[in-house]
Amino acid sequence: MKILVIEDDSEAASFVKKAFAEAGHTTDVAPDGETGFTLAQTGSYDVLVVDRMLPRRDGLSVISELRAGGDTTPALVLSALGEVDDRVTGLRAGGDDYLTKPYAFSELLARVEVLRRRVGAKEIETVYKVGDLELDRLSHSVRRGGQDITLQPREFRLLEYLMRHAGQVVTRTMLLENVWDYHFDPQTNVIDVHISRLRGKIERGFETPVLHTVRGAGYMLKAG
Amino acid sequence: MPAIMRTTAARLSALYLILFAICAVFLVVYMTSLSVRMLTAQTRDAIHEEVASLDLAYQRGGLPRLVRVMEMRARQPGANLYLIADATGSILGGNVESLEPGVLDTTGWTTRPFAYQRYGETRSQQDGGRSPGPHDAVAQVLRLPNGMILLVGRDLGEPEKFRKVVRRSLMAALGMMGFGAFLIWFFVGRHALKRIDSVSEASNEIMGGDLTRRLPVTGAGDEFDRLSENLNSMLDRIAALNEGLRQVSDNIAHDLKTPLTRLRNRADAALSGDADDAACREALEQTIAESDQLIRTFNAILMISRLEAGYSAESTQTIELDATLADVVELYEPLAEEQGVVLVGTTKEALRIEGNRELIGQALSNIVDNAIKYSARADEEPAGEAPRVTVSLERSKQEARLVVTDNGPGIPASDRERATERFVRLEASRTQPGSGLGLSLAKAVMKFHGGRLELSGGDRGLSVAMVFPLGKTA
Repeated sequence: MKILVIEDDSEAASFVKKAFAEAGHTTDVAPDGETGFTLAQTGSYDVLVVDRMLPRRDGLSVISELRAGGDTTPALVLSALGEVDDRVTGLRAGGDDYLTKPYAFSELLARVEVLRRRVGAKEIETVYKVGDLELDRLSHSVRRGGQDITLQPREFRLLEYLMRHAGQVVTRTMLLENVWDYHFDPQTNVIDVHISRLRGKIERGFETPVLHTVRGAGYMLKAG
Repeated sequence: MPAIMRTTAARLSALYLILFAICAVFLVVYMTSLSVRMLTAQTRDAIHEEVASLDLAYQRGGLPRLVRVMEMRARQPGANLYLIADATGSILGGNVESLEPGVLDTTGWTTRPFAYQRYGETRSQQDGGRSPGPHDAVAQVLRLPNGMILLVGRDLGEPEKFRKVVRRSLMAALGMMGFGAFLIWFFVGRHALKRIDSVSEASNEIMGGDLTRRLPVTGAGDEFDRLSENLNSMLDRIAALNEGLRQVSDNIAHDLKTPLTRLRNRADAALSGDADDAACREALEQTIAESDQLIRTFNAILMISRLEAGYSAESTQTIELDATLADVVELYEPLAEEQGVVLVGTTKEALRIEGNRELIGQALSNIVDNAIKYSARADEEPAGEAPRVTVSLERSKQEARLVVTDNGPGIPASDRERATERFVRLEASRTQPGSGLGLSLAKAVMKFHGGRLELSGGDRGLSVAMVFPLGKTA
């Protein structure tokens, strides 16, 4: 995946570049908004990571101008401003996701990978399959190995989100945001308990685990 | 500007002086002209009568009788002016020795005052010879049928004298006004403005560092007292904020220094020669976890400050409190179960308020999180019962109450107020993980929504109520 990072803090930028490289992604870094805009216009990137406060040109205006020009490259806004309002303005300007500084790189990586996938899968499937686990969005049913599994509505949404992003790391904040629609930092281990409950329902009595814990990052649903 | 004019009192006094002086001059001029006009009219009336009676004398007894009557009247003290002349204007009789030429050519009223000289008044004895000869007079000139000219007039008094009187009274008035201005300056300046000086003196001392100093209040209840009282309560508020800030920085120093020191020591230990790879890895992971906790603490501090500074109203919408309650209970239910706590949510009435869903959700989460944390140990104690946390929503008059009740150890009544202050972690909770900001954040959120956070409870257990005012539409 080719990522453009528009970030004026050179140390942060080089750290992110290195970390993305380790995860197998190519990264270009633009030190200011103007350069970033010019590079982004080439349209050769899969995901843009844009800092909100940039020299020469504000990050949000870079995104909104790209959108005005018909460019739909998914963009993640990085910002030191993390209040609800800021998030709303960030997303309104055309950003697809919003991450508050300071952040864990694993969080950034997980979100960037999900962003790329979001664009790839334009139409949302009605049935998700991971190994022998099946989820039907229309009939609200879950089956594993031909056996029906009963889930609470929230557990269903949790599993649905995990299955939509199967094979990708999903962080706890991403789960709280997408399944519960709250953007604060989950306290203690509320999400973990929900996961272990779900895990109990979809793994108990089966040989292979499907819901994996990725240490220091989050969770990943994958067969085998 | 001279130094004295720099005081308000002096400036006010000068302004009043000038204003009053202008008024006085105008008044004197106006009164003078008015009285002159009145006097003139009176004079004319008198002359007119005189002429009429002389005319009568002439008709009855001819010229001799006229002359006789006239001479008799002319000799009385303070008499009018009488003059009889022939057609050419040479004076034949009366008490006028000479007069301005041309006066006798007029018929009827003289158009303006004229100068004249009486007999025996060449150098007037009346005022010690200071004023020279002629006086001003008005007169009526009458032509008798035989061509003789009769003039009856009246002296207008000595204009010089009149002017002097006016000038003297004007000077007296101005003098009194000057004195009045001085009095104003004295009272306003020395008395009233002195209190302003005392206020600025006290302010200087406060700025100089004596923050406990307050402005003087005399108890008179006047404007100055009100000003001082307001400034004093402002100073109290500033002092309270200052104290709060000091406490926060102390607490930050304490609560952040400890984990930072731990962080540093751990890195230090990992660097020291005898640590193997696994130990280093372990140390790094702990470092990250600790840093995350620090970041969380900083975020909470920032958020509280932002909320206290006032949030934009744009971020509010109509939210259903019952839905928020259900969300949070649902979110925490598995955690509660894992901790052996029964978490129950009850809604007596579905209520809506204008607010920020995120903030209320976060505040309620913090409170529920705390409640679960503290009640979880309830059954370990001798008199303990099964740990239980209830979240309820009810309406009380014009308020919506979102109450979280636990049966944990509770908070002593004396500590409840302190519990919502930033970083305050009561003794009982020192051993529990947490930033000490949960309740402070909830309190800031409530304040932002125009509501309040109430802590109550008996010997055991704690009730934390988020009280929202209900709008008219709710």
